Amino acid sequence: MRNRTAQFVMAAGMIALNVTTWSPSALADAATDEIAKYREMLADGNPSELVAAQGEELWKVKRGTKNATLEQCDLGLGPGVIKGASAQLPRYFKDTGRVQDLETRLMTCMETLQGIDTKELNKTKWGKGEMEKMEALVAYVVTESNGHKINVDMRPAQMKKMYELGKMAFFYRGGAMDFSCATCHGQPDKRIRLQDLPDLREHKGAAAGWGSWPAYRVSNGQFWTMQHRLNDCYRQQRFPEPIYGSDVTIALSVYLAANGNGGPVLTPGLKR
Amino acid sequence: MKKMITIAAILAVTPLAWAADDALYADFKAMMDASFRSKGIVDKYRMYQLDFQKACSQDKDPSAKVMQAIEAEQLKTIRYPADGQYFGDWKQGEKIATSGKGLTWKDKTPHNNGGGCYNCHQLSHHEIAYGTIGTSLLEYGKQRGNSDEVVKYTWGKIYNAKAFNACSRMPRNGDAEILTEQQMKHLMAYLFDPNSPVNKK
Repeated sequence: MRNRTAQFVMAAGMIALNVTTWSPSALADAATDEIAKYREMLADGNPSELVAAQGEELWKVKRGTKNATLEQCDLGLGPGVIKGASAQLPRYFKDTGRVQDLETRLMTCMETLQGIDTKELNKTKWGKGEMEKMEALVAYVVTESNGHKINVDMRPAQMKKMYELGKMAFFYRGGAMDFSCATCHGQPDKRIRLQDLPDLREHKGAAAGWGSWPAYRVSNGQFWTMQHRLNDCYRQQRFPEPIYGSDVTIALSVYLAANGNGGPVLTPGLKR
Repeated sequence: MKKMITIAAILAVTPLAWAADDALYADFKAMMDASFRSKGIVDKYRMYQLDFQKACSQDKDPSAKVMQAIEAEQLKTIRYPADGQYFGDWKQGEKIATSGKGLTWKDKTPHNNGGGCYNCHQLSHHEIAYGTIGTSLLEYGKQRGNSDEVVKYTWGKIYNAKAFNACSRMPRNGDAEILTEQQMKHLMAYLFDPNSPVNKK
């Protein structure tokens, strides 16, 4: 871990050093390049591995009123199949009659197999208590899809409808600043400050965005699930809070995943 | 209130993409309503749309007629400084332009917000961390001069950008009470003052 910190400091130093001689626009590009470089340096040792290891243990721990493990959880590829499962989420599940993302599906498994009351999650802060456990489980599951391709099944009518609802949500403007998702992610080749913004309407941008979350965030040392990512987007959009696992988060997930279909899954990602 | 009614009347006769499927749109509204909750200083009602927000919620802009109607209504919201003084202190303007803080559910108060200008615009000769969603405003005053017309237009654009482009991505800093009149005066100085790093190398 210390080695990674040193690499980060080095990369930050390179950014600072380069600032002395170049023109502003060249500088901005160079700073972006340096961030990309330090991301590469860290990529072979993603700190998410620690979180995923906790999740793998937790998967096999008997918990809840039913004192059961999650080993029979069906994430869409059959009970207990984890390999490649999150690459195919969100998915329409016949047993619940709902389109579910990874987190809401894990909630179903916790409720039905273990008898855990998942309503608590909605009152729990990120990184704390039951939410910390959810994050570990997510890290474990998405690591098992790393290297797969985004492959969401858009044939069911329920998925098609969720896509349309997600698209509407993507362009929905509101709040004190009149922002929608599209305000920042609805054009090619834009950035906020130095942060590049993927155009999430298109395959390339959606694949890059959807395919690299959930992720470990170097800036705050936290592992963020997709629900957490979308929650913080809405915070910055100056919206009220999207409820954990609510349909708007799933609809947006379907919109992003379907737009990115066929792209590489590089989860857990590594972010600024 | 009158503003809302006028735009609503225009929207009612304008075929929009989602209007083709009323049932789907009803489901969408129900979904949105069930999916959000108040948090901190952001009340749930903030997710309900103003008429122009609704008109600007598709991949493409609405028709020219709708755009013009919105712009005419939004133009009426602009309040010019009562004392006729448009310029504050560019140094304070720079701080406001740099800060992107404010109006999220993590913020303690709805006041003391940043302008977030650098999120989207290049402004000074020195700041390299600028966004590109908006146009570059480098040498804004130097290139445009400071005629009454330019000054008044710029004030209006900061106050309510939707008066000039109905579906502009830029927030309505004055109309939506994001910034105070004094803060906007500081931003004006940052854009126009010959000694501001926006104009001076």
